[in-house]
Amino acid sequence: MRKKKAITLLFTLVATIFVIVGCSGTDSENVSSNSGDTKTIKFMHLWPEGSSKTHHTIVNEIIANFEKENEGVKVELEVLSNEQYKDKLKVLSTSNELPDVGMTWAAGFLTPYVEGNKFAPLDDLLENELNDSFVAGTAEAYAIDGKTYGLPLELNIATIFYNKAIFAEYGLEAPKTYDEFKHIITTLNDNGVAPIALGNKDRWTGSLWYMYLADRIGGTDVLTSAINRSGTFEDPALVSAAEEVQNLVDMNAFVKGFNGLADEEAKSMFMSEQAAMYLIGSWDLPNFTTNEEVPQEFRDSIGFFNFPTVDGKGDLNSHVGGPGVGLFVSEDSDVKEEAKKFVSYFVKEWGEKSVTQAGVIPATKLDADSLELPQMYVDVLNELSNATNITLFADVQMSPQVAEVHLNMIQAIFGKEVAPDEFAKEHENALAAE
Amino acid sequence: MSNKWLIALFVLPALLLTAILIFIPLALSGYYGLMDWDGIGAMKFIGLENYMNALQDGKFWDSAWHSFLLAIFSTLSLLLYLVIALILSSKIKGADLLRKIYLIPMLLSSVAIAQLWIKIYNPTNGMLNQILMAIGVEHPPAWLADTALVLYAIFVPILWQYAGFYILIYYAALKNIPESIIEAARIDGASPVQIALKIKLPLIMSVVKVTIVLAVVGSLKYFDLIYVMTGGGPNGASEVMASYMYKLAFSSNNFGYGSAIGFVLLIITLVVTFIVRKLTATKEEIQY
Repeated sequence: MRKKKAITLLFTLVATIFVIVGCSGTDSENVSSNSGDTKTIKFMHLWPEGSSKTHHTIVNEIIANFEKENEGVKVELEVLSNEQYKDKLKVLSTSNELPDVGMTWAAGFLTPYVEGNKFAPLDDLLENELNDSFVAGTAEAYAIDGKTYGLPLELNIATIFYNKAIFAEYGLEAPKTYDEFKHIITTLNDNGVAPIALGNKDRWTGSLWYMYLADRIGGTDVLTSAINRSGTFEDPALVSAAEEVQNLVDMNAFVKGFNGLADEEAKSMFMSEQAAMYLIGSWDLPNFTTNEEVPQEFRDSIGFFNFPTVDGKGDLNSHVGGPGVGLFVSEDSDVKEEAKKFVSYFVKEWGEKSVTQAGVIPATKLDADSLELPQMYVDVLNELSNATNITLFADVQMSPQVAEVHLNMIQAIFGKEVAPDEFAKEHENALAAE
Repeated sequence: MSNKWLIALFVLPALLLTAILIFIPLALSGYYGLMDWDGIGAMKFIGLENYMNALQDGKFWDSAWHSFLLAIFSTLSLLLYLVIALILSSKIKGADLLRKIYLIPMLLSSVAIAQLWIKIYNPTNGMLNQILMAIGVEHPPAWLADTALVLYAIFVPILWQYAGFYILIYYAALKNIPESIIEAARIDGASPVQIALKIKLPLIMSVVKVTIVLAVVGSLKYFDLIYVMTGGGPNGASEVMASYMYKLAFSSNNFGYGSAIGFVLLIITLVVTFIVRKLTATKEEIQY
């Protein structure tokens, strides 16, 4: 009996201690982070060691260098993977506890944070030490009402990667026109090879296909103007792009069960040569060039081509793409000056290291000739400099609410659950309700 | 007198914790439901608009229907677990080992289970379709991509995940029945089936009721496997109430509406729990 009482007492004691510790945790943290001469910059990024090893290493190198050059400033890291990162950022901002420096996406993702006064404008950096260091159009994607709230780190375009070995086996060549493209699909299907790897569980992957079809059929601004309301989503070109998506589905162009596959699964099908083509952003270039974990033979067998013209329409040099993540500085940061300094330092170092070490195409201007790069990088960089237009990813352009409608509709149109005109109508309604 | 103080003292930490972690957030989310709020900027009071919208939101009711289907299936599956527990408790060989095997899914984290079943369901390389093709099914379905199948395909791992938990509860309850009662029944000539149905089952009825409530409530607020395996897709075919709420709040940046949905979810769960308890209530406990 007495023993029982003792145990209960112990439990209560432990529980109470937990409560006390839990409540006081935040205070003690704040005290330590600003006390004395060391200033701590809290930095949150989305490249965990496991899935983005090279990115992770570069970040650590940059931080180490920064801390060495700036006595008394410490950078405290928190690393999360993509989706978790997005969620955590939102929760932190709700409770006003954003990290001093973190990563954000452009346009639609950024808007609520800017409207809620959470991010600091970084124009002074752009006017001074970072003047003219970004590729035209990249930093602008982070501008709202004339102020820039994020500094981009990457620039990507989506292209169709293809397996040259499979193509050669069936006497196929990279297509220039949609008819040639369709011929490739039928030939591959006749020979029992899945033509295109697509992981449409993630939805933005299917959106790339739709965006390219819209771009080729209706020209470079038809989608953008529908989104910014200078046009309409019920434009015939946008409807027929949706029709074309369904034609591709009917042709069995995509791997079986694509609506239930994650992009990672689709990628692994392409990389294990179970599918011949794969439309993805140039962020995947390392897998096809430098990544030592991928067999050399496979890397050598991969090429890419631009999305073909459709029925003679469209511009081969118009791309879907845009800047990826960018750095922001929190408006409420206690160490704003140091944070800005860190951001500017980071962007510069990143531009130099990312392309050679991680195979990332940075948003900062690059002297391609002075670097020793795999041929495919040189080709993609050439595509970038020849690009007549880069349409920003639709789900980034749209506000989060409309993007959610768009992404669901993408799954529905690929799954043939909606007709093309309903598809357009749903978009139009969502956009009009804004 | 001092006894009462002591009780209060002992109850206090737990009470504080529940209040801080559960009741206050509950009230807050009900309150946020009255707001037009993107979760980041300023809130705007809009009265009951979010709640009215929720009642007319076809997608919400679709997801509610999916949650109810899950509740029905998990309640029905309790029967199976009960049968397994009855067999295990009747001193068959290897019962101990089997009980441990059934418990394994419960020890795995939901994400690990989801990853495992994603691989099993993979339309081309998955174990399930490989087996189906080996036995001659020419076009096995793409389980997680087929809007007609996806919900049921996810139910399987969900039920599997909790099987061990319920079997364990039933098993423990059955072990608690005094051996003498069962021996007496056996001497009176009762068959094993009769013993199970007429003696054991009535004696553990109170436990069965608890598990029904647990299964129903657990299903209505279910989230994890669905989030990881399909994210509610394709196009909402596997959306449940909790995943829909999550999507609204976090993907669509509509915290006000998401909170309203969350509050409606709470009310639905409370009402259903109340109904289930009423339906399963008996006047008195059976005692032998």
